[in-house]
Amino acid sequence: MPIEAVNDFVIRFANVNGSGSASANEMFARAIIRMGVTVAPRNVFPSNIQGLPTWYEIRVSGKGYLGARGGTDFMIAMNPQTFNADVASIEPDGYLLYDNTRALPPGKMRTDINVIGVPLTAICNKEYTDPRQRQLFKNIICLGVLIELFGMDFAEVEKLISEQYRGKDKLIPPNVHALHLGKDWAKANLKPIGLRIKRSNDVGDKILLEGNAAAALGAVYGGATVCGWYPITPSSSLAEAFAAYCKKFRHDPETGEAKYAIVQAEDELASIGMVIGAAWNGARSFTATSGPGISLMQEFLGLAYFAEIPAVVFDVQRAGPSTGMPTRTQQCDIMVCAYASHGDTKHALLIPEDPAETFDFAADAFDFADRLQTPVFVMIDLDIGMNHRLCRPLTWDDKRQYDRGKVLSREELDRATDFGRYMDVDGDGIAYRTYPGTHPEKGVFFTRGTSHDNRARYSEAGASYVEGMQRLLRKLDTAKEFLPKPLRKDAAKGTRYGVIYYGSTSPAMHEAAETLAANGHHLNTLRIRAFPFHQDVASFIADHDFVFVVEQNRDAQMRSLIVNELGIDPVRLVPILHYDGTPITARFISAAIGDRLDKLKVTPMRKVASS
Amino acid sequence: MTYLTKPKFHHPALPANKLGFTRRDYEASTSTLCAGCGHDSISAAIIEACFELSIEPHRVAKISGIGCSSKTPDYFLGQSHGFNSAHGRMPSVLTGANLANRDLIYLGVSGDGDSASIGFGQFSHAMRRGVNMTYIVENNGVYGLTKGQFSATADRGSKSKKGVLNSDSSIDLVAIALQLGASFVARSFSGDKGQLVPLIKAAIQHQGAAFIDVISPCIAFNNHAGSTKSFDYVREHNEAVNALDIMLGRAAITVDYEPGKVVTVQQHDGTSLRLRKLNNDYDPTDRLAAQNFLQRFAAKGEVVTGLLYIDPDADDLHASLNTAATPLNQLNAKELCPGQSALEKLNASLR
Repeated sequence: MPIEAVNDFVIRFANVNGSGSASANEMFARAIIRMGVTVAPRNVFPSNIQGLPTWYEIRVSGKGYLGARGGTDFMIAMNPQTFNADVASIEPDGYLLYDNTRALPPGKMRTDINVIGVPLTAICNKEYTDPRQRQLFKNIICLGVLIELFGMDFAEVEKLISEQYRGKDKLIPPNVHALHLGKDWAKANLKPIGLRIKRSNDVGDKILLEGNAAAALGAVYGGATVCGWYPITPSSSLAEAFAAYCKKFRHDPETGEAKYAIVQAEDELASIGMVIGAAWNGARSFTATSGPGISLMQEFLGLAYFAEIPAVVFDVQRAGPSTGMPTRTQQCDIMVCAYASHGDTKHALLIPEDPAETFDFAADAFDFADRLQTPVFVMIDLDIGMNHRLCRPLTWDDKRQYDRGKVLSREELDRATDFGRYMDVDGDGIAYRTYPGTHPEKGVFFTRGTSHDNRARYSEAGASYVEGMQRLLRKLDTAKEFLPKPLRKDAAKGTRYGVIYYGSTSPAMHEAAETLAANGHHLNTLRIRAFPFHQDVASFIADHDFVFVVEQNRDAQMRSLIVNELGIDPVRLVPILHYDGTPITARFISAAIGDRLDKLKVTPMRKVASS
Repeated sequence: MTYLTKPKFHHPALPANKLGFTRRDYEASTSTLCAGCGHDSISAAIIEACFELSIEPHRVAKISGIGCSSKTPDYFLGQSHGFNSAHGRMPSVLTGANLANRDLIYLGVSGDGDSASIGFGQFSHAMRRGVNMTYIVENNGVYGLTKGQFSATADRGSKSKKGVLNSDSSIDLVAIALQLGASFVARSFSGDKGQLVPLIKAAIQHQGAAFIDVISPCIAFNNHAGSTKSFDYVREHNEAVNALDIMLGRAAITVDYEPGKVVTVQQHDGTSLRLRKLNNDYDPTDRLAAQNFLQRFAAKGEVVTGLLYIDPDADDLHASLNTAATPLNQLNAKELCPGQSALEKLNASLR
């Protein structure tokens, strides 16, 4: 019995990298959204420019689930190289669409799936002679076939095409024509299938945005003016998006002058060096990188921590260690960022769950860095950064001013009777600073990574070193109160079990919690959004017998951080780890937690004793 | 080094510059380097240059890496913000600082270990980008703080204090700076204040990447027979190509140089440099010729000093980036944030 579903299935395109499939696939995802139906598209791509296999997955979810689900219900297998594996990955009773211009060798096909042959190459070759056109329009013809098969609204796709090629209007009619070729062929030759996409109303005002673009936009709104960066997957598109948004928003309309400076540095050391130099001199600055870049920046991050210089670092995490899997996602830099550099250090981390929150946290990061005078990391990952995700629209309060922290102006210095760069005047661990060039006589200081007293003078005196190091701890304590607080959501029924999760795990976790609850496993959840941890994290753990900590790395890094920072008995924190480089799925989480909870469902000892 | 704190008071007859500052106003903490260190002479030359140029000390940002040379910003311009950053990373920190505020004067101080070894990459790329700065390398061919290891500028065949012969080829930072596009390249000697002070003044006036390699003998570890960075060796092998005068604004200064031997280089900020030519073959505005000249004399074991190259029409990184005239660190939310209405349009385009 073929799978039957309306607005709830997974479609996967298997393509060859560089074949022009990406834009057609994305258009398909957008067409579904235009019909008011939630989709979660994901790129699965190789570290390669042309020729290697690439996949595009679209999860259609009438229930609004945005996490990866796992499994494929409908496979569009266009890559001979991965054909067998792709066919093998289809769910039983699922569907396969393939190009049957050339017959498959006999005996190869699974009998438990529904095979749809479409002679795409033949249709294309009949219509076009130019090889490039044959290649590109094949993707559009395929799109036409899918629209017919899923019973979609053809007008929406036509509209999308005309929007996409606005300004290049000559391209619109041939694309619409190709779309018709596919649709008409499917109508004449194929029987309806069990999967349907039906117009609905669950998208609302949501937008489809990539996390890297959201971060870049947050940096523009947050007032970043200097960006030093070095290309590295999956963060390059963040710096490039910043350049694009600056080009749009940050040039003086009259003079054309740029109100920003972007330097593509020679390496990550120079990138963070420029950021620190600019921030020391009073400009909001940031870099974007991934794990290998974070490794290279360690020495400088320690300098910024110890000399107390604001810096914003976007870490778009990918699977490590070493070069690892550059195009696969993980949450594996938590430890290396939280404690970056040699010596005793501790850094602020912001951990958003999706592009919309990434925008907010990106802008906030500059306020936090200025207030705390220390590096602030915005921890996203490839799953958030390089995939389009449906999220709430972005908003900005026009009354908002940038919080530059404790910076003394020339007038304030005139009034000041005393100035010491590292004096804890207010008792919150945060001292006052001045920008170079502010005042001819007052407020000057010498910045150094060597130990210093509270007037920034070189000192190896143990007491003043300890005083400074203690103040740095107090400063990070102060941070706990204004960094984003963890969000707690309690189950419908009382429970002794909790779950802690963070970042891109969010959508899969929400779905898994529903699935688990439906199976009788109720869980209270807490989403951590920042480090150092707010008191609520400790309270949440104290409220439960066991807390699962769900994360996407091998070594349970967030769990270790919790154990280390909050002094929790490790036995009470059960790691749930997914780290094969694919985004964590609700199926994985609910199975892993469900298994453990099932095992715990033995008759309690005290009941036995009292009976 | 001395343990005595320098007294603040000074002789009432000390000469003052246009701003009314005396030389003492350009001094800072007492040096902790070895007595007689060439680096202290360079600090004195920087003080003299800034005094003579009547620079407001607080409008200078002095940035360094790590090492003996990089400690020196603590010993001059006590009213300037300083940043003793990470080993070999002064160029990137300075680049960032310069991007943040184009209105300050940037003085980068580094050493041969800092710039030719660990920071060779950053040195090169800062030159390529044309960062408006005065980049001084206090070059002694040796690691002083770690007690006498060769650095990458030590000449092949030179002998360490412990008697070890250096078998590696040396890096000539002047040659590299020339090749990579620095628009002001000079070499001098810490023991030649008469040559060094005008070079520093000219470099500060230069609106682009100015590099000065100052040979600065290490009296503790590299001032022995067999060293090619000792006082004696440099004095014997110094081939000065020119002597420099710098003229600010358009004020006419009469010079009594022998006619035919004086070259005037007019810079586009209005300053002019007068070079008294000591070597008639030498044209300091010809990059290729400078490179040849340098190599020819290096092959003979001679150390060429003076202003070796200048591009009077140099541009800097801000010109390449077309950055706003207002320093970036002075822009506020009104100037930087596109606001909610732009965001709404953007949201609409993402549906």
